[in-house]
Amino acid sequence: MSNEAIGHGHSEVAVGHEAHHDDHHVHHHHETFISKYVFSMDHKMIAKQFLITGIVWAIIGGLFSVLFRLQLGYPDSTFPWLENILGHWAKGGKIHPEFYYALVTMHGTVLVFFVLTAGLSGTFANFLIPLQIGARDMASPFLNMLSYWFFFLASIVMVSSLFVQTGPASGGWTSYPPLSALGDASEGSKAGMDLWLVSMALFVVSSLLGGLNYISTILNMRTKGMSMTRLPLTIWALFFTAVLGVLSFPVLLSGFILLLFDRHGGTSFYLSDIFMASTNKALPNEGGSAILYQHLFWFLGHPEVYIILMPALGMVSEIISTNSRKPIFGYMAMVGSIFAIAILAFLVWAHHMFVTGLNPFLGSVFVLLTLLIAVPSAIKVFNWLTTIWRGNIRLTPGMLFAIGFVSLFISGGLTGIWLGNSTLDLHLHDTYFVVAHFHIVMGVASFFGMFAGIYHWFPKMYGRYLNNTMAFIHFWVTIVGAYLIFWPMHYEGLAGMPRRYLDFSGWHSFNQFGGLNRFISIVSMIVFAVQLLFVFNFIYSIFKGRKVTSTNPWGSNTLEWTTPLRPGHGNWPGEIPEVHRWAYDYGKDGREFIPQTEPVGAHESKH
Amino acid sequence: MSTIFLIVILLLGFLITFQIAKASEYVGVLKGEKKNFEQNNRINGFLLLLFLILGLVGVYWCNELFKGKILGESASVHGEKIDTMLYITLALTGVVFVLTQIVLFWFAFKYQYSEKRKAYYFPHNNKLEVIWTVVPAIALTVLVGFGLYYWFKITGDAPKDSIVVEITGKQFGWIYRYPGKDNVFGKRYYKNINDARQDVLGMIWEDKFSHDDIIDLQKMYIVKDRPVKLIINSRDVIHDVGLAHFRMKMDAVPGTPTTMWFTPKFTTKEMKEKLNDPDFVYEISCDQMCGKGHYTMRGIIEVVTQEEYDLWLIKQKPNYVQVFPEMDPDAKPATPAATPADSTKGTTSVEKAEKAVVKN
Repeated sequence: MSNEAIGHGHSEVAVGHEAHHDDHHVHHHHETFISKYVFSMDHKMIAKQFLITGIVWAIIGGLFSVLFRLQLGYPDSTFPWLENILGHWAKGGKIHPEFYYALVTMHGTVLVFFVLTAGLSGTFANFLIPLQIGARDMASPFLNMLSYWFFFLASIVMVSSLFVQTGPASGGWTSYPPLSALGDASEGSKAGMDLWLVSMALFVVSSLLGGLNYISTILNMRTKGMSMTRLPLTIWALFFTAVLGVLSFPVLLSGFILLLFDRHGGTSFYLSDIFMASTNKALPNEGGSAILYQHLFWFLGHPEVYIILMPALGMVSEIISTNSRKPIFGYMAMVGSIFAIAILAFLVWAHHMFVTGLNPFLGSVFVLLTLLIAVPSAIKVFNWLTTIWRGNIRLTPGMLFAIGFVSLFISGGLTGIWLGNSTLDLHLHDTYFVVAHFHIVMGVASFFGMFAGIYHWFPKMYGRYLNNTMAFIHFWVTIVGAYLIFWPMHYEGLAGMPRRYLDFSGWHSFNQFGGLNRFISIVSMIVFAVQLLFVFNFIYSIFKGRKVTSTNPWGSNTLEWTTPLRPGHGNWPGEIPEVHRWAYDYGKDGREFIPQTEPVGAHESKH
Repeated sequence: MSTIFLIVILLLGFLITFQIAKASEYVGVLKGEKKNFEQNNRINGFLLLLFLILGLVGVYWCNELFKGKILGESASVHGEKIDTMLYITLALTGVVFVLTQIVLFWFAFKYQYSEKRKAYYFPHNNKLEVIWTVVPAIALTVLVGFGLYYWFKITGDAPKDSIVVEITGKQFGWIYRYPGKDNVFGKRYYKNINDARQDVLGMIWEDKFSHDDIIDLQKMYIVKDRPVKLIINSRDVIHDVGLAHFRMKMDAVPGTPTTMWFTPKFTTKEMKEKLNDPDFVYEISCDQMCGKGHYTMRGIIEVVTQEEYDLWLIKQKPNYVQVFPEMDPDAKPATPAATPADSTKGTTSVEKAEKAVVKN
């Protein structure tokens, strides 16, 4: 791990005199390089491990999208250098269809699970939960460490699947059987699919270990005075995220196990009536249901999109409030709406399956429940808007990304109202409209939440600031680029243009968008390059960034800013602070901010 | 060569950006942190406003650019309902989109940091919160109401006079089957499939109903203004019958037949004239990832008039004689070919055909 970067060596110096009072950690174990940076049980270090692994994955996943965008933008051209890198997957400089599908599959899997689940909630749940609730570490630091290392193991297995001869899994990130169950149906369904399943199983273990830890930490380890209703919204969001994960990931795992049985055990859970033309053989399996897998998959798959999104919802609330110098508007409504979203997340999975032959009546129930989600989402948007209304807004990079998040959440959320309506889904299902919708609301928006979080908490993580100029370039290119890439895709979707096609030239109905596809490809490459600029800024600033000089650089109320500049394991030297108020007393009684640790004054006005 | 060139440019760009970024940081330190922050804040505040304005112009411009390229008038009666629903949804979400984006960026611009401004302490207001819970709830009730009204119309039972066609997906193509003169689909069993003998669906020949079933691998023929019910199957993995012009879509699931029905409004010929496009065809696109040839899994629907359909139908040889050429009645000069009178009879009784499918 490249976590030597943390510069922890200086930390003892920086905390210096305060550290002497720390009866908790500093003097009773000697930390070696291994225990501090590799098998660390410090939640802050584990958070950084998740973050950096997530960044590595994001670069890989993003690179895959650049490769397949190259194919989509220039279906008639050849790129001889591709053959140099990819070998037989790009013979003659043209991406092989089988490999194109492997790229899309891996892009989806990597970004959904490895970046936006592990990288996002792994990072911020680990980093923020103990710091913001006032705990020295997680309920079980050891399980927490295991959670990272299971994720690491899952990563290793997934990376290795890229190098097997038949290629990685290529049945889409959803891996629907029978395609994913039968090696004869697709090259990617051979060894690549087994490795994919093993990797995902390890990932589920990691996610469960992490999730159980987050839940027990939040419920049991809050500091004195930190009642549930005084929790910052980040913690509420991370709490419901963990609950969703713990309840739904096991279902996914069960689906995967049945798939493994079908692949290797001769069972027929998902298989029935199949004749393989490639081998000219009818399979013996009868009586299975391919749709069963989709129910099991989407029972996780839908909550999964909220697992991705909710940490961003929480962090954005926190960052918007802090930088508007105003309390978050409607705190209880915000908590209530996250709760409502979490409940509804479990009741809408079949809206991914309107056209599978699902009973239309059942479909109608899922339409109702799906569109219901728009109500708590609307509450959140209006509350954010009211929060910035008459604020005194500091447009820090974190705040810019938070504003960008709200914009994207609105744009992508509204198209959800289209797709959640089964009548419209008949036309739009599996077209570019869907691609545009989920990339905006789940992909880019969550990335914006993640960036907002990184820019905002980087000073706490590394004791330095990220470079602002690069941050502003990063923000502006990314938001403009994201809209340029995904907005026109809605039109392609309205024309019925299907997803997962690598070349539209054989089609009369969908070949009118050649120029647009090229445009989207070019923009996506520019946006990708700017993400590399961010990664560069990230690494550079860890070592050379401007130093943070005050413990509370943003003038924030929450507890993480009461720790020393570079907190050691245990977070607070001496006593853990006591909490006397909620996290959002900004601009109250003429004071810019009142930290949670300050007792309520006798003459303070009530809210 | 050009690749290396590109990489060099990229690296140079990085380097320049980095140098500027570093320099501006030093300048910021020289100027003083506060002044630097205020300046950045003003610039970003202005850019937010600019982004809003250019963004809204861009949305309009994008619409002008592409509105002619998305599908024109729906070619099916169901599609009209779907399009109506689409416009209702567009109107509602469009208004919300424009208003909320304007408010978001305008507030971000207007309330940007100023030394003189004091943030207004406004933690909650029950009345406001009730309003923006109730109003979206009502709007959504309207959308759900319309949506489900159309949904049940579209997914309801097919009319009795529908043509029934069975469509079966396989890697990577479509197989179309018609019940033939008796209007009943013969039974089939996937283990009987034998591509070499052209028995592509694995018919059970002991079932007499199967003898006149027609199988076509080229095109699906359906009739203008006459409802058509598709019985959808798959031979291997999950496929999807995507009919962009008719605005319909349904998965083809191995082992679990699905159905959908619609009524085409224009013949292929009429569409060619209407769109002024001699190459126009109704295409079936596979809309469910099905393997490496997914993007080539194209089918064609030919919408014709009833007379053309009847004519086409009598010219077709049943699959039975394709599999057993020796049974071809045309081979024996004495037996007359099927007469047109027979084929007009073969235009009703969906139920009979359905029953046979259920038995399968």
